[in-house]
Amino acid sequence: MNELVWIFVSALLINNFVLAYFLGLCPFLGVSGRLETSFRLGLATTFVLIVTALCAWFLNTYILIHAPYLRLISFIVVIASTVQFIEMAIKKLSPALFKALGIFLPLITTNCAILGLAIFATNRGYNLVEGLIFALGAGAGFTLAMVLMAGLREETELSDVPALMQGTALNLIIAGILSMAFMGFAGLFSST
Amino acid sequence: MDRDKNLDTYQEFVKGIWRDNPVFVQVLGMCPMLAVTNSAINALVMGGATLFVLMGSSFLVAAFKKWIPKQVRISLYIIIIATFVTVADYTLLALLPGVHKELGAFIPLIVANCMILGRQEAFASRHGVRFAMMDAAGMSLGFVLALFSLGSIREILGNGSLFNIPLFGETFEPWVIMILPPGGFITLGLILLFFNWVAARKKAFLEQVVQAERESL
Amino acid sequence: MNPQVELPVTNEPGSARLALSVALAGLISGIAIIGIYEATLPTITANKARLLREAVFKVLPGVSRMQQLGFVDGSLKPMGEDDEAVDEDLTLYGGYDTDGRFIGYAIPSDGPGFQDTISLLYGYLPGKGRVVGMEILDSRETPGLGDKIYKDAVFVANFSNLVADPEIVTVKKGTRSAPNEVDAITGATISSKAVVRIINEGQARWRDKLPAPGQEPPLPDPAETPAATAGSD
Repeated sequence: MNELVWIFVSALLINNFVLAYFLGLCPFLGVSGRLETSFRLGLATTFVLIVTALCAWFLNTYILIHAPYLRLISFIVVIASTVQFIEMAIKKLSPALFKALGIFLPLITTNCAILGLAIFATNRGYNLVEGLIFALGAGAGFTLAMVLMAGLREETELSDVPALMQGTALNLIIAGILSMAFMGFAGLFSST
Repeated sequence: MDRDKNLDTYQEFVKGIWRDNPVFVQVLGMCPMLAVTNSAINALVMGGATLFVLMGSSFLVAAFKKWIPKQVRISLYIIIIATFVTVADYTLLALLPGVHKELGAFIPLIVANCMILGRQEAFASRHGVRFAMMDAAGMSLGFVLALFSLGSIREILGNGSLFNIPLFGETFEPWVIMILPPGGFITLGLILLFFNWVAARKKAFLEQVVQAERESL
Repeated sequence: MNPQVELPVTNEPGSARLALSVALAGLISGIAIIGIYEATLPTITANKARLLREAVFKVLPGVSRMQQLGFVDGSLKPMGEDDEAVDEDLTLYGGYDTDGRFIGYAIPSDGPGFQDTISLLYGYLPGKGRVVGMEILDSRETPGLGDKIYKDAVFVANFSNLVADPEIVTVKKGTRSAPNEVDAITGATISSKAVVRIINEGQARWRDKLPAPGQEPPLPDPAETPAATAGSD
């Protein structure tokens, strides 16, 4: 049980995908302009991450054990097609859910956090439960980072920023300060 | 190739290094890359692997573009890129196990580098092999340059060394934060700021020239 | 990009042709990947075996031969190349001298550190109940502070002759007074404590599983030791 809590908190705060591993930077810098959108994108990403963890576990257990060299290609192909399939299913079954999350799904498949999760989970030898908890933590961490960033960016829109700083340069420096703040979570699990 | 006539080999090569630098100007492909720029050597190896993948994929895509059906082109590009990345991954694991251990999961993540797929779609699939190679070489050198400057700035300030050779005396207190993740964000932010500043200066200078010409008329 | 430079599509290819081209690309890519895998595999396995051997020899002074042991059906048995079924937590390495006499165990263990999981290997002499060496295999501790757990020779030397039973205790730097105490690193107390805790956990895991001193599994025929066969296949 302790192990699972550690995996979750580590992915959520201490080793946040965006702020410590730089995974999923493209949407983090590109889409984090509005709080509402960021939150929904975060939820959709969490969903895809969980699907990814399932796919990765399945591939690792049944296929890659015989052919480890096919890891990268099979991860990409299987994850992309699974997500596409789910997107179609959601579109058919629940138009409301599709409107809220579905439009983001194709965008998320190309997000490096997805492939990163599959590779990290494999390298660390996570089993199915550990992999799912890891995906949940990583997704929650991504959502948290997105929402914090969006909140900060909405504030900066109203402030007087030098023209040179505006845009990506400012966002990166904000991200740097956020990342520094998250460093404070290190040691959370080993102070005893 | 007819449409290649108005292209200049040298121009296609040079544009990626400065004017259209994939990282500093287009801000592409930083997702997994920022993580490995905490030392000059890691940045160089990662840049070298990316160069290999981009050159190889651009060559294949440009050479076989007539046989690549438009409808499935993205899947085929991804298969080609993933193959080259796997080759690079195993080669590094065999030849440089120490560096491979530090780069770890980030080598396979070269696949997710949007810059590589972007060059296939935007350039290699529309031009001849020669220009595609020039474009790929320029873009990847620009990428290597960007990673290397990030990596060396962070290593010099964060560890007081370059390629693990100490640069300062014992009295230098390293800025550890620079080799930690926040240092990556902040260094890239400051470099982008510098590029903005150069662009603003250039624009102001050109406007001055135009103004002066108008006044002299 | 200029939108006019679209490729001229003379005829719409049928879906059979699409499937064929993807299959062909997959086939060629598969051949390339298997080729590079086969070509690099011997070097990669040899590298891995060498690194593991070096680590085991480092944490167990005087050892020159080793074999992997697994806890199967209530006892410690030598593991062959094909035995994949044993949980990694239940395997360790036995170290032997040139004449094949048992010296001690090299025990892998891991757990949360300050930043991320730390995995390490430590040498344990069951007869004396002492830890005689510790090597960090993988960690992401803060450079300049937490990474002293393997860069600081004084800290590593704490583990060269340490009583491990009933438990190792971390104390403030310079206050080490008992044989089961470890001087923490100033500025990296959490990482130091994590190392000690990981070793204690390894000890707790193995305490009831190790055979009585003198009953350790012997080395098999010299020609078949993993050290001699590693990398030959």
